[in-house]
Amino acid sequence: MPDAVGLEVIAGELRERSEGSVLETSFERGSATLIVDPEPILSVLRWLRDWPEQRYTFLSSLHAADYLPAEPRFAVHYELLSMERAERLNVKALLPDPGGDDLPEIDSCVEVFPTADFQEREAYDFFGIRFRGHPDLRRILMPEEYVGWPQRRDFPVGGEPVIFTNTEREVPGWYR
Amino acid sequence: MSETAVVDRTAEVMTINVGPHHPATHGVLRLLVQLEGEVVKDLKPIVGYVHTGIEKSCEEKAYWKVIPFVERMDYLAYYFNMEAFCGCVERLLEIEIPERAKYLRVIHMELNRLHSHLVWLGTSALDLGAISMFWYCFRERDSILDLFEMSSGQRMHTRYFQVGGVMEDIPLGFERKVRAFLEEMPSRIDQYEALLDRNEIFLRRTKGVGIVSRERLLELGVTGPLLRAAGEPWDLRKAEPTLCYGDLDFKVPVGTVGDGYDRYRVRLEEMRESVKLVGQALDGLPEGPHITDDRKVALPPRHELSTSMEALIHHFKLVTEGFRVPPGELYYATESPRGELGCFVVADGSAKPARVHIRDPSFVNLQMLRDMSLDGYLADLIQNLAMLDPILGGIDR
Repeated sequence: MPDAVGLEVIAGELRERSEGSVLETSFERGSATLIVDPEPILSVLRWLRDWPEQRYTFLSSLHAADYLPAEPRFAVHYELLSMERAERLNVKALLPDPGGDDLPEIDSCVEVFPTADFQEREAYDFFGIRFRGHPDLRRILMPEEYVGWPQRRDFPVGGEPVIFTNTEREVPGWYR
Repeated sequence: MSETAVVDRTAEVMTINVGPHHPATHGVLRLLVQLEGEVVKDLKPIVGYVHTGIEKSCEEKAYWKVIPFVERMDYLAYYFNMEAFCGCVERLLEIEIPERAKYLRVIHMELNRLHSHLVWLGTSALDLGAISMFWYCFRERDSILDLFEMSSGQRMHTRYFQVGGVMEDIPLGFERKVRAFLEEMPSRIDQYEALLDRNEIFLRRTKGVGIVSRERLLELGVTGPLLRAAGEPWDLRKAEPTLCYGDLDFKVPVGTVGDGYDRYRVRLEEMRESVKLVGQALDGLPEGPHITDDRKVALPPRHELSTSMEALIHHFKLVTEGFRVPPGELYYATESPRGELGCFVVADGSAKPARVHIRDPSFVNLQMLRDMSLDGYLADLIQNLAMLDPILGGIDR
């Protein structure tokens, strides 16, 4: 992990390069987090990957989270890793809920980190976050015709009826 | 120009399904393969057949009830799943676990690594036609499961790790049994090696097959033995030594070419290193408590319940409600037999996690299958899949 000072240095450099890209930094329990604006996310990730002093070349995990009732509601986390220094950096992009049937959107980072392919599909599948420019954005773990975003906090457990032999005629559409 | 079109039979592309119910897919994995003759031209893995919504279910459970859930994701590396989750929660709570618990965890995790690699070796050799390997590997695997049964009462999905330490101290005679096993295991590994390393069929099917460059593997986020087989000495046990890995002496085996054979060699050497690690951890096992004495997190000892009112209250609160974790979020990774197994937990201050995400190495590593198999034969696809060692329970969660 970069220490608290190192994190501020990274944040300062990023702010210098593009105004307003870093919204906040947080250093808690030994883990460093950059909270960034979702718009320039690709340039931030590219800079962290390519800048000779940073070299966070490895994306170890990409995942989404739903912070209902906080606003902005969604976040996409990028767990970056510098293998040379064995340092981790968490980049967190906050996404507001556009409301209605619209989905929150963010640029896909597959061209920067090809490993994000499956993981972005997973985030789309469970949270309904649309990754702009993803080559093949389909559901990955849920069935393709599934409706709803099951890991959002307002999606109830048991939101989908389970069909047993004694209820199969009562559950609508069981025969489809 | 003739009017009849000439059909080149070798250029005809055929799309077939491999799986989801095929013994060589190591679970319920479906591969949509484009074949030109017998050559793989394109490949798409389709997963999700055993998705059970574990991550969602975890949000409904108190922290200590989440442990048996996460264990069932990667069902061959249950100790690692537990360590990823418990380690993450311990860091969120900012508690240090006792030294003895660290050593006990390492002993079980390395035995688990042996167990996982044994299942991999047995089933992979089976895919390549060597059925006897399967029986030999499962014989040793069974003696490891006997050890797990002795320490925790369960053979698989032991729920042995607890937030703050381990559930129970090891029983009398456990050390003797483990040492007897460690005595025997190196010669067994030599036997596997002798069986496979001089097997013409095995060598021809693995050498030079499924090579992916180190750079490409890093781009694809591949970790674990697959990455090390391509020559990158990246092991979280060395790079970020948690528990007592910093005190133990072990080597990180790496390959040179990155083909199927290297992947097999690296895992075999890792088994030898794991045997050494368990022995060292047993030698260095310190005395002391096996779980933290923070009564807000760990259950009080049974005998205190009849004499101490506070213990009774703590026991009641922990069992009915569980402990609360201060708000925060953290990602914590361990080196599982398949690579970086990370756990991301969001705590909102209540007794239940607001989000649990497991970064499963099989899920990420599966993306390299296309690179491995493109322009190779269909038979090599089976070999590649075997050497990839995907666990579908972990991929689908």
